[in-house]
Amino acid sequence: MTHSPRVALIDGSRLIIEALVQSGADTFIGYPITPSNLLFQYASERFPRMLGAPDEITTLQWMSGAAATGLLTVTATSFPGFALMVESINMAFMMELPMVIILAQRLGPATGTATTGAQGDLALVRGMISGGFPVPTLCISSLPDCWDLSHEALRVAVSLRTPVILLTSKEMIMTMQDFDLATLKPLSPIKIPLYKGEGPYLPYAPDERGVPPFLPLGNPHHQVRMTASTHDATGLIQAGTPEALGNSTRLHRKIVRNLPDYTWLELDEQPDARRLVVAYDVTAGAAREAVRRLREQGHRVSLLVVKTLFPTPPQIFEVIDRYERVVFPEENLTGQFVEHLFGQRIPSRIRSVHSFGAMIPPAAIMQEVIA
Amino acid sequence: MSTPDTVVQAPPASDTAPAFLRTDHLPFCKGCGHNIVAINTEKALHKVAGLSPLDVVVVSDIGCIGIIDQQYASHTIHGLHGRSTALGVGVSLGVHPPGKKILVYIGDGGATIGLPHILEAADRNVDMTVLVHNNMLYGMTGGQPSGLTPVGFKTASTPDGKITPGFDLCRLAHVAGAIRVQRLIGIGDFSDDLAEAFRTPGFSLVEIIEICPSYGVKYNPGRKPADIARENGFEPVVLTNPPRPIHSRPARLDRPSLLNDDLVVPHRDVSNLPRKYSIILAGSAGEGVQAAGELLAEAGIACGLSVTKKGSYPVTVGVGFSLIEVNLKNRPINYTGIETPDAIVITSLDGLRKVESQIRTMQSGVLLIDASLPKPASPGVVVISADLRTPMGTRNVSLYSLGLLLAKTSLLPLSAYLDAIRHRFGDKVDLARLQALLTT
Ligand SMILES: Cc1ncc(C[n+]2csc(CCOP(=O)(O)OP(=O)(O)O)c2C)c(N)n1
Ligand code: SF4
Repeated sequence: MTHSPRVALIDGSRLIIEALVQSGADTFIGYPITPSNLLFQYASERFPRMLGAPDEITTLQWMSGAAATGLLTVTATSFPGFALMVESINMAFMMELPMVIILAQRLGPATGTATTGAQGDLALVRGMISGGFPVPTLCISSLPDCWDLSHEALRVAVSLRTPVILLTSKEMIMTMQDFDLATLKPLSPIKIPLYKGEGPYLPYAPDERGVPPFLPLGNPHHQVRMTASTHDATGLIQAGTPEALGNSTRLHRKIVRNLPDYTWLELDEQPDARRLVVAYDVTAGAAREAVRRLREQGHRVSLLVVKTLFPTPPQIFEVIDRYERVVFPEENLTGQFVEHLFGQRIPSRIRSVHSFGAMIPPAAIMQEVIA
Repeated sequence: MSTPDTVVQAPPASDTAPAFLRTDHLPFCKGCGHNIVAINTEKALHKVAGLSPLDVVVVSDIGCIGIIDQQYASHTIHGLHGRSTALGVGVSLGVHPPGKKILVYIGDGGATIGLPHILEAADRNVDMTVLVHNNMLYGMTGGQPSGLTPVGFKTASTPDGKITPGFDLCRLAHVAGAIRVQRLIGIGDFSDDLAEAFRTPGFSLVEIIEICPSYGVKYNPGRKPADIARENGFEPVVLTNPPRPIHSRPARLDRPSLLNDDLVVPHRDVSNLPRKYSIILAGSAGEGVQAAGELLAEAGIACGLSVTKKGSYPVTVGVGFSLIEVNLKNRPINYTGIETPDAIVITSLDGLRKVESQIRTMQSGVLLIDASLPKPASPGVVVISADLRTPMGTRNVSLYSLGLLLAKTSLLPLSAYLDAIRHRFGDKVDLARLQALLTT
C-alpha cells in the first residue's frame, strides 16, 4: 500500500513518546536531565498521567509502586539519574515489575558534558543487577527504531514482567530529521494479561515461559505479595532455601530463554564480503553511511546493526565468525561492546574505532575497514 | 535480630472479622516495641469501619520492622531501605478501586535515609499512613544511631552517647503538610490513636517511640523510652493541618497526538542540490538561532531534500552562544553530523569563538560573517562580511542571515525559506521587508 507522504521535521524523542503512549503506556514519571529533556517535555504534553518526581530514586520507587498496581510506567534519564536508579531497578527486577527506562547517554564521567552525546553506559547497564542478571536492553539506531523499539520495549516489559532499558543517546533523540509520518505503522495498545485462576494465587509461580501471571496489588480477589528480598513462590522472604534460590535464578532464565522473542538485528550482508561493520545507536548511522560509500567505491563490506544489546543474541557471534575483519565504531574510551563480547583479550581481527566527546564520522570507520 | 521465639497475646478478634495480621509468633525479639505496634495495628484496623484485609496494602521497609509483611493477610510489598514511603506513593497512584488503606511500616533508620520521601508524600497529601517505628537506632544492623536518635543516647557506634540532638520528624512532616501527625509512646493500648490515623483522609504519620531490647536496652540500661523522649523534647504530640485535596492522578486519555498535521511540511519547491551540503550558523542566545535552523531545514524538506538539524547551546540557554548545524542532501542522510562545513554563518562574537576551529578545517565554501567581527583569513573560502545585525533587528538576526546565505548561494530557492517562515510566524515577521532586503 502506498501513502501520500507526510514529511515532517522531527526529533526521535517525539516518536518515542508518541509510540509509547499509543502502545498503552499510561504513566510517565521522571526527573529532568539533559539529554532526555525533550522526552520529559513531550511526556508532559502526551502521557495520560505525568508526574515530576523530586529525584530519580523517587522516580523509580513511584514507578514500581504504580507498576505493582498494574500501571504501565515509563521514565527517561541519563547517567547521573540512572546511577541513582540502580538499586531501585534491582528491586523492580526482583519484584518482576514491567516498566520502560529510557537511558539517553551523554558524556561522562560524572556530570561530564550534559550536551555531548556518548555511548559510555553499556557496561553499567549490563552489570547493574547484582548477581549478573541481564536486563533486556534495546537500542535505538534510527528514527524508525524510535517508533518500533519503543513499542517493543513495552511489549517485552509486559510479556516478561521486567524492567526494560531503552538505550539511546543525545544525537539519536535530539537531532531533528526529515521523517515521513505516513510510514509509521499503527501500534496496538499492550495490556497486561491478568491471572484468571480460582486461587490460591501464588504471585511468583511461573508459567511455562518462566513468567508468573500478574495480579495487581490491591485487587479485591486474591492477596498479592511482592518483595525485593530473596523469596519463594508465595512472595515470602526466605534466605537460601533451594526454592527461593531457584526463584532468583528463574529471573535469569526467563530473560535469556525468551531472547528469541525480542532479538532485533539489522543485517545487510554483501555476498563475498570479508569485512563487517558492527554498530549500534547513533554510530549505526555513520556505519550505514560508511558501508554505502565503501560499496560505491567498489569495496565489499557487510553491516550488522545490533538493536538487542542485552542479553546478547548468539546470532551476533554467528555473523561475526563469518568475517575476516570486523570493525566496531563506539563513542566511548575502551570499546565497551567489544569488551562485552570478547573480554580483555580481543582477537586481532576485531577492530575498534573509538571516539570520546565527539561523533564518529563515516571516514573513520571506512579507514579501519579498508586498512 | 534474634530468633523469633516470642509469643504475644493476640487481640480478641471477633469470629466474623478475619484477622488482618497474625500476631501470634511475631518475628521480632522478645520485648521489641515492634511487637506492640503490630498488636495495636491489628486492633486498630478492626476499629475502622468496613475494612477487610484485601482493602489494606502494607508497604514495608528494610530493617527489623520490614519483615512484618509476612504476618499480614492483606496485600504486601516489601522494598528497599528507606524507600517504602515512595513505593507507597506509587501504589496510591494505581490502586483500584481507590480508597484502599496504604500502611507504610518503616523504622527510624528508614525514615532518616528516606526522609525526603516522607516530606514529599506529606506535601502531596497522599492518602496513606506512615508508621515510624522509632526505637532510636538501627536494629537490624546492630544498633547504630539514626537522625531521630536523641542526644546522649548510647549506641553501638556512639558508646559515649550521640552528640547531636536528632530531628523532630513529626514537626517536619507537619510543616510539610501532613493532615495528621502523632508521636506516642509505644506501650499499652494505642489502637484508638492508630485507628484515628487510618481514618484520616490524606497523609498521616504516627511516630511510635519504642526501645530495642537487644541494643537500646543493652547500651542504655535502666532508661525508659518515654523518659528519653521527653527529656529531649520529643513529647507525645498530635499535630494537624486542615483537610486538603488528596493526591490523585486520573488518566487523561484525550490528549492530542504529538504527530499532528501542523508538523507536515508540504513538498512544493525543487532543489538542484547535487550533494550533501552542511551549514553552521553560530550566534548568540536571543537571536532566534534555533528557530532559524529549523526553518532552513523545513525549507529543505519543502524542496524534497533530506535534512538534519542539530542545535547546541550552553546549559544556560538564555545567554552565551547558540549554534545550529544543518545538513541538506538529495538522498537519505545516514550520518547526521557535519564532516566539513560548506557554509558557516557567524553573527556574533560568541558564535565566532565557538566555530574558530571549524573555520580552520574549511578549504572551500562560504563564510558569511557580521561586519563588526574580524574577518578570518581562510584560504580557498569565500568570505563575505556584511551587516547581519541591523537590517531585521536583533531578534531576527538569524532569520536574516540564513536568508542572505540562500540569496548569495542559491542553495535553496528563497521562496521555500520564506514560505517556511510564513508558516511558522505568520505576520509576526515582516516578510515583505525581509524579501525586499534579500532580493536587492
Ligand atoms: C541502601 C541501604 N543501606 C544500608 C542498608 C543496611 N541496613 C539494613 S536495615 C538498616 C537500618 C534499619 O534500621 P531501622 O530503619 O531503624 O529499622 P529497625 O531495624 O530498627 O527496625 C540498615 C542500615 C540497606 N539495607 N540498604
Ligand atoms: S529492633 Fe532490636 S529488639 Fe527489635 S527485632 Fe530488631 S534487634 Fe530485635
